[in-house]
Amino acid sequence: MNAITGHGAAVHIIDCGKTFPDGTQALAPASLDIIAGETLVLLGPSGCGKTTMLRIIAGLETPDAGGRILFDDTDVTAIPIEQRHVGMVFQSYALFPNMTVAENIGYGLKIRGVGKADRAARIAEMVALTNIGGLENRRIDQLSGGQRQRVALARAVAVRPRVLLLDEPLTALDASLRDRLRSELNRLLRSLGITAIYVTHDQAEAMELGDRIVVMRKGAIAQIGTPRDVYFQPQNRFVAEFVGAANIVEGPIAQGRLSLPGGWLALSDAADAAAAVAMIRPETIGLVAEGGASLCGTVESVSFIGDRQRVIVTGAASKPLTIDAPNGINVEIGQRVGLSVASAAVRVLPKED
Amino acid sequence: MAGTARPRRRLCNCYLMPTQCLPATGAPTSAMSHRSFIWICLLPLVLVTVAFFVLPMAQLVAVGADGPRGAGAYLAILTEPRYRATLINTVLLATATTIATLMIATIAGLFLQRHRFPGRAVLIAMLTFPLAFPGVVVGFLIILLAGRQGLIGAITLALAGEKIVFAYSIFGLFLGYLYFSIPRVILTIMAAVQKLDRGLEEAARSLGASPWAVQRDVVLPALVPAFVASGAIAFATAMGAFGTAFTLATNIDVLPMLIYTEFTLAANFAISAALSIGLGVIAWAILALARSMTGGTVAAAG
Repeated sequence: MNAITGHGAAVHIIDCGKTFPDGTQALAPASLDIIAGETLVLLGPSGCGKTTMLRIIAGLETPDAGGRILFDDTDVTAIPIEQRHVGMVFQSYALFPNMTVAENIGYGLKIRGVGKADRAARIAEMVALTNIGGLENRRIDQLSGGQRQRVALARAVAVRPRVLLLDEPLTALDASLRDRLRSELNRLLRSLGITAIYVTHDQAEAMELGDRIVVMRKGAIAQIGTPRDVYFQPQNRFVAEFVGAANIVEGPIAQGRLSLPGGWLALSDAADAAAAVAMIRPETIGLVAEGGASLCGTVESVSFIGDRQRVIVTGAASKPLTIDAPNGINVEIGQRVGLSVASAAVRVLPKED
Repeated sequence: MAGTARPRRRLCNCYLMPTQCLPATGAPTSAMSHRSFIWICLLPLVLVTVAFFVLPMAQLVAVGADGPRGAGAYLAILTEPRYRATLINTVLLATATTIATLMIATIAGLFLQRHRFPGRAVLIAMLTFPLAFPGVVVGFLIILLAGRQGLIGAITLALAGEKIVFAYSIFGLFLGYLYFSIPRVILTIMAAVQKLDRGLEEAARSLGASPWAVQRDVVLPALVPAFVASGAIAFATAMGAFGTAFTLATNIDVLPMLIYTEFTLAANFAISAALSIGLGVIAWAILALARSMTGGTVAAAG
């Protein structure tokens, strides 16, 4: 552990659910183990329970009876947030308007009784780490959104928290700044080696930042896995559609083939079924000549996006298929095309509902 | 556009300020008539202000300087021991009222805004009920509480054998002003608390701040504009309120009472005018100071 890194704790969430006084269940009892030093992303649409989960870990909400939170081997369920030694970054940043940038960053240290000289040294360290040199004596209302975000992060990390909790920290920023800060944040989290739990509804953020992603839906965990797992092997239709773009096709499976209105697709291994649901990512579908292709359709539209072109093909499946084709090939509306999909790229999903 | 411009032109040409409606050479006609329309809208306010504010004030200033002491009447507020003592008394009373009101109303306002409990709406309605009372009624209530036949007197007589009566003193007046100011201040503070970002408190707690430290470092600093705004109004009210003082007793030494006695009993017009101006200047200066301290947010917050 060097001067900058905090002591990352492993976090164990055991049967933590949350029912609000009005009877609505924000979170069904869930268990989750977070490895020390990893960045875990809680991903899901609004109202999926991800923020509730974060607030339970933080100590801002208490789980329903039976739920427990452990930092390493210490049960912290009954410990209030001010004694849990966590760092928290809020969507609104929640910087103290009555304090300067330096006072904001040093507040946690001051509260903990760190002496003035040590405090100043740590503040300088944080200022350097988050690239906000020269802003130390500014007031919060004199900062841009990106600068506020950095100050909020510096303030949370300054106290060397055991767990860093980030609640949609980039959502309030505009798109280009968000992309830049995302990679900066990624580097920072890696270099700190801190245990971080990151809440977002943005799947691109989740992919880039997460060692593992927990996809949540309606107060329950839909899937836990690495970004690659979640993207290529979604366990259900919700995950497939929420993480990245997905074509969902339906048809019967027989002899390792999925029959569709426009032909069939080979599957790597699948049991026969009268009605199956499968997912195909747009970039895994290749456009080929019509002759000899097992699946054919008609080009309905072509949108040139720059690095690729998005082709919509009808007639192949019951719903139009979205295909991300290389930007160099020439396709025209109305053209008949063949579609080639590697068998491994067709992911058969379990039947739901 | 033309349809709306025409009636305006007709209005201003026929009535109030015809010269302003004439288009200046080179200036667009519509812009000119628009500007004069705004002036005409301001006119009622200007007339009322001149007739009922500026002229009487000027007269008051003149009367103050017109007595046997001349302009020295103004100086007498500070040099004459009786006047000076009263002035200090009044300022002290107003200051004490403001501080006590702010303390009580802040605690109550924070609690009321942050907690939901049965009867909360009724309690808030009761707390703000005195808003409608004139000072006379407030004075009456204080007498019922701490007067010669009052509740406190009866209780202390039964318990300690001694009747405690303070309604007719400056402490009774203090209670009355407190009763008067608390509803106004509570409402302002509740509105300010509602606008507080809960994230600020959660951030402070996550950094290790105890509940007390959160109040000291985050909540109270954020409420300062509301304190200044509502405190200034409480102060001005306590400086100038007359009804309560008059109901409680005529011998409490506060400025409004002094003005009343000088004016009606001693017919000392010059001094009462000078005292009135002095009272106004002090209250106005406090409001101006409060406004400058918060960068002009007082009007908005109040």
